[in-house]
Parts: sequence; C-alpha cells; structure tokens
Amino acid sequence: MDTAGGVSFILQVASWLAAPEHWVGSDGIPTRLAEHLLISGVTAAAAILIALPLGIFFGHTGRGGFLAINVANLGRAMPSLALLALMLPVALSLKLGLGFWPTFFALVPLGIPPVLTNSYVAVRQVDPDVVEAARGMGLRERQVLRSVELPIAAPLIIAGVRNSSVAIVATATLGAVVAGGGLGRYIVDGLARQEYPRLFVGALLVALLSIAVEVAFGAFERIAVSTGLRAPSETPDVHIQERPR
Amino acid sequence: MRPGEPLILWDWTFNHLPDIARRVQEHLVLTGIAVGVGFVLAFALSLAIRQVPQLYAPVTWLAGVLYSIPSLALFAVLIPFTGLSIATAEIGLVSYTLLILVRNIVGGIRSVPPEVRESAIGMGYSQWQLLWRIELPLGLAVIIAGVRVALVTTIGLVTVTGIIGQGGLGSLILLGIQQFFATPLVIGAVLSIALAVVLDGALVVLQRRVTPWTRPAA
Repeated sequence: MDTAGGVSFILQVASWLAAPEHWVGSDGIPTRLAEHLLISGVTAAAAILIALPLGIFFGHTGRGGFLAINVANLGRAMPSLALLALMLPVALSLKLGLGFWPTFFALVPLGIPPVLTNSYVAVRQVDPDVVEAARGMGLRERQVLRSVELPIAAPLIIAGVRNSSVAIVATATLGAVVAGGGLGRYIVDGLARQEYPRLFVGALLVALLSIAVEVAFGAFERIAVSTGLRAPSETPDVHIQERPR
Repeated sequence: MRPGEPLILWDWTFNHLPDIARRVQEHLVLTGIAVGVGFVLAFALSLAIRQVPQLYAPVTWLAGVLYSIPSLALFAVLIPFTGLSIATAEIGLVSYTLLILVRNIVGGIRSVPPEVRESAIGMGYSQWQLLWRIELPLGLAVIIAGVRVALVTTIGLVTVTGIIGQGGLGSLILLGIQQFFATPLVIGAVLSIALAVVLDGALVVLQRRVTPWTRPAA
C-alpha cells in the first residue's frame, strides 16, 4: 500500500467510525463492547473463584506445589483456538448452543493457570521467619493468612489476576469464530466480507481494550499494595512470561 | 455437531491423511520461519544490548507492547496493508517471539558469573572470543529455555493464522467449526497440542545434550 493508499484507508476507517449506524443496534460498537466485557468479566470471575482459593490454600499449606506450577506450563502449551474448538462439541452436546458457552468453557481453563500459579508462589515465598514471628505473637492460622501472608503476597497475586484477565479479554476475541458476540465479530465479519475498515476498527478496539485492562490493573495494584512492599525489586515481571493470545 | 456423531470418524481420517499431513507440514513451516527469523532478529538485538546496555529497557518495552496485542487483532491490523498473505502471518508471529527470545538471550549472557568473565579477559580473550567461547556456551541453557517457550507459543498462535487463510492445523479446526463436523476439529486441535509437546520435548533433550553440566547430579 503506497502513501496515497494509506491515507485513503485511514479516511475509510474514520468514515466507518463516524457512521451513526455503527454506534447503534445489535451490531453497534457499544453492544459489541458490552458483550466483550460481559463474557470476559463472567469468565474471569469464574477462573478467579476457582483458582484463587486453591492457590492460596496450596501456598499456605505448602501442598500441591507440583500441581500449581505444572498447571501453568500446561496452560502455556494449550493453544487457545484449539481449546475453543474442543469446547464446541462439549457445549453442543450439553445443548448450550454456540457463542457464549463454548467461549466460556474455553476461556476458564486459560484463565486459571496464571492465578493459581501466582497465588501459590506468592503465599509460598513469604519469609518463613515473618510467619513464625506472627505465630509466636499468638496469631491464629486464619489471622496469619489474612494479616501477614496475604498482604505480603498481594502484588504477585494481583499480577496473576491481571495476566489472567488480560489473557481472557484478548482471547474472548476468538469467540466470534464460534458465533459468539464481542469485538471479535468485527474482525471475523470484516474478514468474511472483505470490509477492511470494519476489520481494522475491531482489531484496534480489541488492542485498546487489552491495554486498558492492563493499565487499570496497574492502577489497582498501586492502590491495593502496602507502601512498605513497594520497593522496585518487589515487582517481579512474572506476567511477561505469559504468552500472547 | 450432529447428535450421536463420534468425536473422530476414522474413515474420514484415513481418507484425508494426505490433507492432514499437508496441514502439519504447513504448520511446521510457518512455525519454523517465525522462530528462525525471530531468533536471528533477537540475537542481533541482544548483541546490540550487550554493547549498549541502555537499549535493554526500550527494546523490551516495545517488544512487550507488541506482545500484549491479541494475535487475531495484530493479524487483522496488518491485513489492510499486507493482505491475506504469509507476510501478515509471519510479521505477527515473529514479533511475538522477540520479547521471550531477547529476554532469554540477554539473560543467558548475563548469567555468566563476573569472575568467569574476568578470568577470560585476564587470559587475554577478546570481546568476540568472550562472547562465543564463554558467554554463549555458558548461557546456552537459558537461551534454549527461551527458544522452548517461543516455539510452544508460536505453534499455538499458528492455529490462529488459519483464520487469515494461511493453512496449518488451524484450517482443519475452522473446517470443523464451519461444517459442524467434529472430526477435523478434534484432529486439528489434538495435533497442534501434540506438536507443541513433541517439539518442546525434543528441545529438552537437545538442551541436556549440549549443556550436560546443567543436569542435576545423580
């Protein structure tokens, strides 16, 4: 594409965005964005509800470490489209139809590993001397967990939740391949109709949404993490070990 | 999927073996190009970082931004410019390998203990000899670990390039989805997972061969 072609394409994208019909109705940007946020939010909540208590329990008791670590490696080897494809027959045989449920079934297993592994490692790596001191001061197990281990583990746990959420938001795009809604619709339909402005806008919105989720969690992390734990060395970049979706 | 249809129809599978083999081959070629080109680029970037350590932060930042863009979105952004071509697929795939590879190549080089490096310099090694005879061999385990992650990641992402018409096992998966036919879908998904596991295992074996000192003592 030469410069003139590039400019004319950008104008096409701009006029696509400016068209009022792309902002209303079941295929409008607000609806697609809401669908994307709904499937991502429900899935992330389910993944966190399953993985967080397990990871914290494993970390606190020191049991299940092998499982917690290896589930992360397994998650990395699992291609998202393959998982989505495999969940399609499952959802259909449960009579749950296309779209939402196969996407949900595929995204939950993708969302679990970062939370499980990070929360396990986070609680496990709390200095045993600190935990001993807390017990010596007469704290009960519950209190040790709530007042000592969890606050110290918070940055890594939040990093895990962030990785999981970003991965889910990104992969929810693929739901459109199995007739789901969300912003991936624009990409899949844009491809099918060779309507490149639609495709481009969809891609841009998905990328922006992923980055926005990442940034939002960064801000949340700054609020939720105790100032005493905020030395630069305390922010391990575990999230970067996650894979693209 | 039709009710009562088994997950895999073996008749179909045997009749389509050449098709399936071609998809596997396409998948391997797309993966090989991406990891190969990615490694060469990452290696060059890592050598630049070795000379000018200040480059590390901006290079990994940029690679990190590319890394966080969802794959289908990255391919889609490129399509208006490079079309439904192998270039679109490879630009996306290569950019995803960069972050992992640069981090691990630089990490491998930096993992060499300073006293080892100083001994080599004291023995009269040039910068170049230091790199090739000391830093790269000693850092090899970390570097191969990076290649493993890049390879497994890329094999998964290549299934997505099926959506932009570049073949590979993703095409089988899409065929299954479009025709509501479980067999090609299951075969495509299972084979892409199997490819990742097998090639990852091969690299583990290779790494143990070339860096025997990293093996835990028996």
